[in-house]
Amino acid sequence: MEETMVHKRPNYAAVFWSLLILTILEIITANAPLAKPLVVVTLVFLAMIKASLVALFYMHLKFEKFIIYLVVLFPLFLAVFLTVMVLADKHPA
Amino acid sequence: MSQQEHIGRLGIDTRKLGMWIFLASEIMFFTGLIGSYIVLRFANLHTWPVPSTVLNIPLTGINTFILICSSATLVLGLASVQRGYQEGLQVGLFLTVLLGSIFLGIQMHEYQELIHDGFTISSSIFGSCFFTLTGFHGAHVFAGVIWLTVVLVRSFLGYFTPEEYAGVEIVGLYWHFVDLVWIILFTILYLI
Repeated sequence: MEETMVHKRPNYAAVFWSLLILTILEIITANAPLAKPLVVVTLVFLAMIKASLVALFYMHLKFEKFIIYLVVLFPLFLAVFLTVMVLADKHPA
Repeated sequence: MSQQEHIGRLGIDTRKLGMWIFLASEIMFFTGLIGSYIVLRFANLHTWPVPSTVLNIPLTGINTFILICSSATLVLGLASVQRGYQEGLQVGLFLTVLLGSIFLGIQMHEYQELIHDGFTISSSIFGSCFFTLTGFHGAHVFAGVIWLTVVLVRSFLGYFTPEEYAGVEIVGLYWHFVDLVWIILFTILYLI
């Protein structure tokens, strides 16, 4: 029972440095002379990695029980669904 | 009361489960705001300014770094109390409160500069989106700083031990979520 409360401790320093490096990479990418769609896709990808690192390690999601995943994944699915639906919306020029 | 007494039938601390359910509602709250932002931006693609021509990206880059540091100091505080190192917890919480306050101070300075330059909540659709999204996030940071201050005071009063540290863990979940939201906002508002 004791083990249910005591988390395995992730390497917080590695997560911190990863977040820092990814933020610097984001700023470099935003100013890189690349095609706009490529820049947008890269930036969204980098932000998703950063968000995942925070959720998995700082919020200890990686070490949580399945029920917590259910609580998080359901609204996350709805969030992605809503975002994709509004992205697909057609707007007059 | 030890943490074991809060373990419900699902095998999880009920206080932690409650916080995760609250965060689930927060995901939908920010999704609603971000969804509106996407709709408005796509509807005004031709008049939408390049963010770097309006916003101070280097300053916000530093602010992003500060918020990432504040998450790191908080997890180190939590790791300290789990090992029974009270001073580590207190230093971690104090640094987190300090960094959160600096973040808010820089954001206020940024707002002041932008408003001085004529970029306000009613000056353009970008302005409305920018101030609404960053304003709601800033309000969350403000609430987090107050909550962390309360937890810091409780840590000095000896409330937290290696057997009972849920108060630190739960404020941590909230604070890291606020950090996570900023990671997304920084990307979509400032960089894209």
